Amino acid sequence: MSAEAPAPGPTPSQTVGPFFGYALPFPKGGDLAPAGHPDTITVHGWVYDGAGQPVPDALIEVWQPAPDGSRHGAPGSLRRDPVTGAVLGRDGPAFTGFGRIATDADGHYAIRTLPPGGVPYLSLIVFARGLLHHLHTRVYLGDAEGDPLLGSLAPERRATLVATPEGGRVHRFDVRLQYDGVHEETVFLAFD
Amino acid sequence: MSTPLTQGDVSAEIADERAAYAKRLADGGAARDHPDRAYAPYRSSVLRHPKRPLVAAGAAAGDPEAVELSGPVFGVTDVTALDHDLTRQHRAEPLGERIKVTGRVLDRAGRPVRGQLVEIWQANASGRYAHQRDDHPAPLDPNFTGVGRTLTGEDGSYEFVTIKPGAYPWRNHVNAWRPAHIHFSLFGPAFTQRLVTQMYFPGDPLFAYDPILQSVTDDSARQRLIAAYDHDLSTPEWSLGYRWDIVLDGPAATWIEEGR
Ligand SMILES: [Fe+2]
Repeated sequence: MSAEAPAPGPTPSQTVGPFFGYALPFPKGGDLAPAGHPDTITVHGWVYDGAGQPVPDALIEVWQPAPDGSRHGAPGSLRRDPVTGAVLGRDGPAFTGFGRIATDADGHYAIRTLPPGGVPYLSLIVFARGLLHHLHTRVYLGDAEGDPLLGSLAPERRATLVATPEGGRVHRFDVRLQYDGVHEETVFLAFD
Repeated sequence: MSTPLTQGDVSAEIADERAAYAKRLADGGAARDHPDRAYAPYRSSVLRHPKRPLVAAGAAAGDPEAVELSGPVFGVTDVTALDHDLTRQHRAEPLGERIKVTGRVLDRAGRPVRGQLVEIWQANASGRYAHQRDDHPAPLDPNFTGVGRTLTGEDGSYEFVTIKPGAYPWRNHVNAWRPAHIHFSLFGPAFTQRLVTQMYFPGDPLFAYDPILQSVTDDSARQRLIAAYDHDLSTPEWSLGYRWDIVLDGPAATWIEEGR
């Protein structure tokens, strides 16, 4: 355990596979906003494959700043009952900034959260059977004037990252893992 | 109907992918730590990987304020005392070979990843998941669920007690079998460091046949998915010990908040 030892190379990614469903998702995983909070927004959509078919076994994770712009998050996304081991869920006041949602049999997911402070986007990661390495993307909400990422993209590519307002604080954001002959593939991101 | 895909077909594709990677290295290409998302021997990947190049974001793309350079935190409320011991989550003990799996989680600079969530899931000793859609006709074990969680220590260490999972069949091709493995999910201080992967056991005869493990075409990178048997970790008359260190890729947070 010498501090001088060169760091070994990174551990490779492997697919999340088909059987994560009883291990990773947790109750109210997509409900980042405290129940009944008046500022709650809903971001929802479908995940599609390259044949245009919905993906019923994808896992979406979301990470975002709190409404005040802070980015330190808070523990308690998977808060547990120490007696029974059951997941109790977030305690309400603390905004954990983290959510995790398995797509349903129709390939649909939904996130209920508070607007992110300081940036116009939510950060998403997509995992799925068939994906050997997860994918990063972003959901842009409303006005993103001057955003460095959006500004670097051609209009048809940029459009894949911008949620569609559906009224009543609801935003639609579909993820397309691959061009299906009709719909543009979602922009996925690399951080190095 | 096309003829059923055989192990021979898939093994030939695996060999082709490996040869293509070796040629790329010989031509001066960079070594690749992660699988290519487009890896046809794993048939489920064919319609589920993007074909467009990824778009650079974050510090390297001139945005050091990217939200992904920070990440979620977890704490003592997120895990319970029994979560790391998969053999004690039911009334009686599961069947199978009791093992301890331990190691350290480091970032790519070799620094320990402290206080972060590690989650695992796995099949039981017969190779069956406690998942409704696993229809492999091997027995379920009423004393084994196969889900564990823990937080890393100050030195980045984690430890699980479980049973060795069995190999199991799947339908990638005729007679496809997965080598025994434990699924791992890891967080670092930054969302960019997120990792979901699988840990394998040394000497498994199924390695060469498995397109998921072989999707890591770099020999040394693939070896890093295989735990080491460590006799010093074995407990006399109780359990066998395996060591597996994990190194998270991706840029770490450019700032570290006080107390984190
Ligand atoms: Fe598995």
